[in-house]
Amino acid sequence: MTYGGKRAVDGLSLSVAAGSITAVLGPNGAGKTTTLETCEGYRKPQQGTVRVLGLDPIADRKQLLPRIGVMLQGQGAWSGVRAMEMLRHISRLHAHPLDIDYLADRLGLDECGRTPYRRLSGGQQQRLGLAMALVGRPELVFVDEPTAGMDPQGRRTTWELLRELRADGVTVVLTTHYLEEAEELADQVHIIDRGRMIASGSPLELTRGPGNGMSATATVRLVVTKPFPPGARESLRKALGEDTEVVLLDERSMRVTGKADPTTLAKVSRWCEENDVLPESLTLGRRSLEDVFLDLTGELYLTEGVEHA
Amino acid sequence: MPEAATGMFTPKPGSAPITRQVVAQALMEAKLMLRNGEQLLLAVVIPVMVLIGGVTAGNAIDLDLGADQPLVDLLTPGVLALAIMSTSFTSLAIATGFERRYGVIKRLGASPLPRIGLLAGKVLALGCVQLVQLFIIGAVGQILGWTPAAGFGTVLAFFLAIAMGTLAFASLGLFVAGVLRAEATLAAANLIYLLLLAGGAVVLPLTAYGAYGDVARWLPSGALGEAVRTAFLDGVPAWRDLGVLLIWAVLGSTLTARTFKWE
Repeated sequence: MTYGGKRAVDGLSLSVAAGSITAVLGPNGAGKTTTLETCEGYRKPQQGTVRVLGLDPIADRKQLLPRIGVMLQGQGAWSGVRAMEMLRHISRLHAHPLDIDYLADRLGLDECGRTPYRRLSGGQQQRLGLAMALVGRPELVFVDEPTAGMDPQGRRTTWELLRELRADGVTVVLTTHYLEEAEELADQVHIIDRGRMIASGSPLELTRGPGNGMSATATVRLVVTKPFPPGARESLRKALGEDTEVVLLDERSMRVTGKADPTTLAKVSRWCEENDVLPESLTLGRRSLEDVFLDLTGELYLTEGVEHA
Repeated sequence: MPEAATGMFTPKPGSAPITRQVVAQALMEAKLMLRNGEQLLLAVVIPVMVLIGGVTAGNAIDLDLGADQPLVDLLTPGVLALAIMSTSFTSLAIATGFERRYGVIKRLGASPLPRIGLLAGKVLALGCVQLVQLFIIGAVGQILGWTPAAGFGTVLAFFLAIAMGTLAFASLGLFVAGVLRAEATLAAANLIYLLLLAGGAVVLPLTAYGAYGDVARWLPSGALGEAVRTAFLDGVPAWRDLGVLLIWAVLGSTLTARTFKWE
């Protein structure tokens, strides 16, 4: 997909298993919405093919639309309409809609009362958007940043609901830029950046890290009270062994990734003692999806920099 | 963290029958139109004020419009034509402009309602609002002493005028809503309405405009005004004016089809 000469989605190839939750993750402008809207039939791909439930989203629109649920990124309702009126209206376009009172109760829409849509909070508008996507009892739902603008309570409710959908056999495709959301919910995560897929896998596969096979990886974050002395990264790496990765995050913090090994933490702490740096915090944990994401997008940026030079 | 299946969301997709979808869409749009204060002003309050003001003031100064008819019999059909125009053109254009802005059309584009169903719903909604207008303006006209030509010819001629006038103005309204931004649509639709109200031969008959009347009769407003007046004064369809409306409808539909963007 190209917009005004700028490639928004380029050679993206992904497929989604039925009855699963797939997260499409990426920074703003990565091409997440464009990808989704191509599946929803709003955009025609300039190259390549898209099949949704085996149907062409443009040519087979009539058959496809009743079977999918779509939650747009914001808006999508008359400015003067009340939440329940809007939900009831969408439900009337479907043959076997869900009970709208049940749905409203689950998503806390009853609190909207007679307030017109334009005066609902961002979170309320989002929840109504989700309700509209679900009310027709679709086989497949596309939700574009479902929890953007929601409070933590609303986010929990939404996650619960999406898991329940999966349990009932509904396929869910969501975009998000909350890594936590992808990690919590998704069976499969596709990370895209600048219209290209840069990593795919289950959250576990992705956080296990590249090239480490089945062996578990541990991450240690070290934050110190004053800037590291010169050469600190290299000297810590030597102390820990060659198969360890040490990244200087800023002048006072480093990330150490290596084999999960009970001695790692002890070695880091001994290194601090020997080099006369005072640790402010030393935390051990699994590599988070955020680490993966920053690594991947950071890497991509570097390679492109080299190409341009 | 697998959640237990509740069966509440087990897929059971399907479209409602198209007629049910269209009726739902029409009722929803009509309801929103009648609830909106500005729209209501345009649809009912202004026409009623024009009617009452025109008839009382005209009688007080012994106004002669050059037609051999009581003033109320001339003005009531004119005001009905004005009401049809305000709903089919101004209200529709403004509503559609904001629907595009707020992503309503996009949202409905992902629902089972096909585009032709959306259009049919809009036309039906206009019909509902026009029915309300007809009752109110007709009642006010009666109070002022309006005596329309009775009989089947009147009903048929009036129905044809409403149908053709709605088609012509609705297609032009959609054209405006499709090419301009929502705020610009609001301004343009109101401005055109005011210009046609003043100089479009819709409320006042062509004879009141002198030589300019020959130009005004080719305007959609003049043609609609004449068609409604002919229906209630003579009880027959004004074929020539209906033809003019048809030309405008074809023109408006062609322009709309070429330019309208659903998003």
